[in-house]
Amino acid sequence: MKNSDGVAGYIHSVETFGAVDGPGIRYIVFVQGCPLRCIYCHNPDSWKIKNGKPANSADIAEDIKEYLPFIKNGGVTVSGGEPLFQPEFTADIFRRCKAMGLHTALDTSGAAEFSDALKVLKYTDLVLLDIKAYDAGLYTRITGAAEDKGKNLLDLCEAAAVKVWIRHVVIPEYTSDEKQLNMLAEYLSRYSCIEKVEPLAFHKMGEYKWENAERKYLLSDTAPADEKTMERVREIFRSKGLKL
Amino acid sequence: MSYYTDDIDFLSADIDVRDYIIKNYTPYDGNGDFLAKPTEATLKLWDKVKALMHTERERGGVYDIDADTVSGITAYKAGYIDKDLEKIVGLQTDCPLKRAIMPFGGMRSVRNSLESYGRKTDDEVEKIFKYHKTHNDGVFDVYTEQMRKVRHSGIITGLPDSYGRGRIIGDYRRVALYGVDFLIAQKRRSKAMLEGIPCDEEYIRHSEELSEQIRALNELKEMAKSYGFDISLGAKDTKEAFQWIYFAYLAAVKEQNGAAMSIGRISTFLDIYAHRDLENKRYTEEEIQEFTDHFIMKLRMVRFLRTQSYNELFSGDPAWVTESIGGMALDGRPLVTKMSFRFLHTLHDLGPAPEPNLTVLYSKDLPKNFKDFCADISVKTSSIQYENDDIMRDIHGDDYSIACCVSAMRTGKQMQFFGARANLAKALLYAINGGKDEKSGEQIAPPFAPINDDILDYEKVMYNFDHILEWLAGLYINMLNIIHYMHDKYCYERLEMALHDDIVKRTMACGIAGLSVVTDSLSAIRYAKVHAIRNEQGIVVDFQTEGDFPKFGNDDRRADAIAVMIVKAFMQKLKKHKTYRNAEPTLSILTITSNVVYGKKTGATPDGRKAGEPFAPGANPMHGRDIKGCVAAMRSVAKLPYRYSVDGISYTFSIIPDALGKEDADRRENLVSLLDGYFAQAGHHINVNVINRETLLDAMDHPEKYPQLTIRVSGYAVNFIRLSREQQLDVINRTFHEKF
Repeated sequence: MKNSDGVAGYIHSVETFGAVDGPGIRYIVFVQGCPLRCIYCHNPDSWKIKNGKPANSADIAEDIKEYLPFIKNGGVTVSGGEPLFQPEFTADIFRRCKAMGLHTALDTSGAAEFSDALKVLKYTDLVLLDIKAYDAGLYTRITGAAEDKGKNLLDLCEAAAVKVWIRHVVIPEYTSDEKQLNMLAEYLSRYSCIEKVEPLAFHKMGEYKWENAERKYLLSDTAPADEKTMERVREIFRSKGLKL
Repeated sequence: MSYYTDDIDFLSADIDVRDYIIKNYTPYDGNGDFLAKPTEATLKLWDKVKALMHTERERGGVYDIDADTVSGITAYKAGYIDKDLEKIVGLQTDCPLKRAIMPFGGMRSVRNSLESYGRKTDDEVEKIFKYHKTHNDGVFDVYTEQMRKVRHSGIITGLPDSYGRGRIIGDYRRVALYGVDFLIAQKRRSKAMLEGIPCDEEYIRHSEELSEQIRALNELKEMAKSYGFDISLGAKDTKEAFQWIYFAYLAAVKEQNGAAMSIGRISTFLDIYAHRDLENKRYTEEEIQEFTDHFIMKLRMVRFLRTQSYNELFSGDPAWVTESIGGMALDGRPLVTKMSFRFLHTLHDLGPAPEPNLTVLYSKDLPKNFKDFCADISVKTSSIQYENDDIMRDIHGDDYSIACCVSAMRTGKQMQFFGARANLAKALLYAINGGKDEKSGEQIAPPFAPINDDILDYEKVMYNFDHILEWLAGLYINMLNIIHYMHDKYCYERLEMALHDDIVKRTMACGIAGLSVVTDSLSAIRYAKVHAIRNEQGIVVDFQTEGDFPKFGNDDRRADAIAVMIVKAFMQKLKKHKTYRNAEPTLSILTITSNVVYGKKTGATPDGRKAGEPFAPGANPMHGRDIKGCVAAMRSVAKLPYRYSVDGISYTFSIIPDALGKEDADRRENLVSLLDGYFAQAGHHINVNVINRETLLDAMDHPEKYPQLTIRVSGYAVNFIRLSREQQLDVINRTFHEKF
C-alpha cells in the first residue's frame, strides 16, 4: 500500500459485484472489526480488527474508480464488520466516492458513538440499518452488548434526512415473536426517513466460519426461518404502513 | 405479388445481401408487447416433437439411425413430423430425429458411432468405402510420427482429423433473396471467367470447386422439389423466405456432419419480408410468429451421428446452429428488428433450449428496450449468449455471423479452417520436463534440457516455455495444413461454399486451453516458492507451493499481465508459419466442455491444481480463485486482447438469482449494467446463467423433471440433463457466483 494521503484502516475483503446491499450494482468494502458478537453472525472472522488486512482509503478509492462503468448506476457500500468501528476510514472512502459522483450506502448496526456516526453520515446517501431487536433485553441476548445504539442512529438519520433501509433478521424463537415484531413495526412507522424494511431470514451458511471463533455457535439446532414465517413477518410490517 | 423483382436488377446485380438489408430493413426500438402467443398448431406440433425427443432420451440419446444410406442433399425422400401441422417443412432424413451417416469425413468414425449404439454398418456402404478414400484416410497417410504422438499425448486435442470440420456458414439468405437459378448463373459466370488463366494447382482446385458448387445447387433445387417447392426464383413472402432459407440450411446439414453448423445472421433479413407482409396485410403477427416457431423447431431437431470420444469432448449433442441477433449497422442504426424479438420469443413459446444457439451481438448503442428484453430472457431461461459488437464490427463490418460459439466471420465472404486447441498447461509441464510427457514419461517434443532445480526459477521456466511454444505452434499449423488439405479434397462443403463469394477470406482458427492454469502457475513460480517433486525417472509430477501469489480473475495487474503475455506470444508464434491456402492464423480462448477432458489428460500444475482436475472453461479464472467478485473476474477476462485472439474469447458467468438482485426488475437492471460494463471494458463474449445450484443438483437426480433445463457452458448452450455426470459436477462446482 503506497498511498499516504488517505486514511489507514483494516479490511476483511472486497466484493466487486454486490446486488443486494443497496440499489444497483455495488462495489462492497467489508471492513474489519465489530464491537458486537451477534449469535447469528455469518462473518465471525471479521470481528477482530487485528485479523484484517491493512488498507488505505485512497488505494480503495483508486480501485473503485476502475469499476465505474459497472457501478455508475449502483454505487459503493461499506459493510463489515462494523464500518462505524473505523469511522475516519469509512468516512474517507465515502468522501472520495462522493467526489466521483457515486452513491454511498452504509451497512451498519449503528453500534457507535454519535460523534463517530456523524463523521460518516456526512458522506452517506443511504443507511442500511440492521435493527437487531425492539426489546432491550433481547438486544443484549443477541449481540452481547449492553446498549442499543442503533436506535440513536435512526434518530440521527431522521434529523439529518438521510434515507434508511431497515434490515431485521428473523431468527425463530428469538425475533419471530409476533408481539415483539408488532412493537418494532409500530416504532419504525414513526420515522419518515425509512424508505423500506427488508426482513431477512436467518440462515446457517456462515456456521462453518465459527470453528475458529472465540465463542460457541448457539444456533446449531435452530431451524432457518421458513417462507411461511417470513410472509407472516412481512405482513406485520405492511400492516403498519411500512414499505417492503 | 412478388417482391424480389422490385428490389433487384438482375441484369447488373452482384450478390450483396448486406446491401439489401441496409437499404430495406426497419429498425425497431420498442418493447416486446407486440409479440404473439404460440398458435394451437405450434403447441400441438411442439408436443409431438417433445414426445419424439423424450423417446430419443429413453433410447440412450439416439432416436434412430439410417445405417444403409450415405447421406447427401437428395439421399432421402421427403420426411415430415406432421404434414398437416407443419408450416415449414423438411427433415435431414425421411423421419424426424433419425440420424444419417456421412462417411466422407471418415469411415472409421461412422463404424465406431454405429457400434456404440449397437448397430452395424451396412455391407453395401462398407464395400463403397473400401474403394473410396475419406478425409480421415488422407490425413493419416500424411501425419508424421511426431504428429501422431502429440495427438495421443493430448497436448493438441480435438482436431477435426476424423470428423467434419464445420464452422463454415453458408449465406443461406442468398437462396431466399435471389433464388437458386441466379446463384447458379453467377457461379457459371465465374467459371467462364477462368478461361485463359494458367492452369496451376490453385486454378484447378478452384475450378473444380465451382463445378461442385453448381452441382450442389442443382441438388438443392431437386431436394426442394421433392417437398413440392420450386426454389429457382427468390422467395415471395415471409413464409417462403423462411422455407427457402431452411431448405438451404437443410441441404448443408444433409451434406456435412460439421463440428458446428451455424445458420448465420438471418433474423433481420427475414424481418424485411415480415414487415412488408404485415403492411400489406398478407400475414398477421400470429402467422409470422408461427412461421418463426416452426422454423426454430426444425433447428432444434438437427441431429448428427457422432462418436463416443467426440461426445466426451463436446457434450450434450451440440450442433451449434448459431444465429446472430442484433448488433449495429455501420451507419449507426441498430440492426434490431421485430424479428430479433420474435426469434428470442421462441424461448417463451417453446420453452428454453440449447439450439439454435441464440447469440446477441451487444452494443452499448442497442435500444434499451431490446437490452431489457434480452436480460429478462437470460434471467428466465439462461439460453442466450452475448458478444461484443462494438469490437467485432470494427474488424468484421456489420454483416458478420458467429460460427460455433465465438468465431466471427463476414457472412458469405469468409470461412475458417477449424483447429480445435492446444493445451498450454501441458506445454508448461513439457517446458519443465524437457519435452517429456508428465503422465507417460514418453519423449514427445524433441529433447532439450529439463529444469533440474528444486525451487523453480521464473526466468528459466519462461525460457523453456517459450521454446516449447515455438515448437508447438509450428507443429500445430502443420497438422492443420494437412487436415484442411484433405478435408477440401475428400469432404468438401459443396453447398455451403456455393453460398459464398468465389474468392473468400480464410482463417486458420487455432485455439488454446488452460489459460488460467498456466497464468496462475507462472504467477506462483514468479511470486511464491514452487518446489518441484520428481518421480524415479526424474520427471516432475507434482509441486509444492509456499506463500501466496496473484491469481487470474482478481483484476490484479501482475497475474493478468501474464495471461495477456501468453496470448500474445502464442499468437505471434502461430503467425510465423505458412498456412494452407494462405489462411490467416487466428486464435480462440474457448474450450466448450472439453476443459474436463483436457484436465483429465494433464498432470498436476504449479498453481496447485491436482493431476486430472478439470481446467476452467474458456478464458474463465480457475474456480474459487476469483475472490474479489464477478466484476473483478470480468475485468481480468476483458483485458485479454481481442486483436490477438480474433477467433474469440469465451467467458462463462453463472449466478444464482438471489445474488443478481431481489426482484425481477432489479435482476434485469443489474444484468444490463453488468453487460454494459463488461463490454465497455472490451470483453468479447459472455455466457449468462441465472440459475439456482439446488435446481441443478435436483436435475442431476431427477432428469425427468427437467427435460428442457438449459445452461450455457463455454460458448454454447446445452441441455443440462444430457451432460455426463462428471461434466454436470464440473458446471456446478466451477462457475458459480453466489455471494450475497
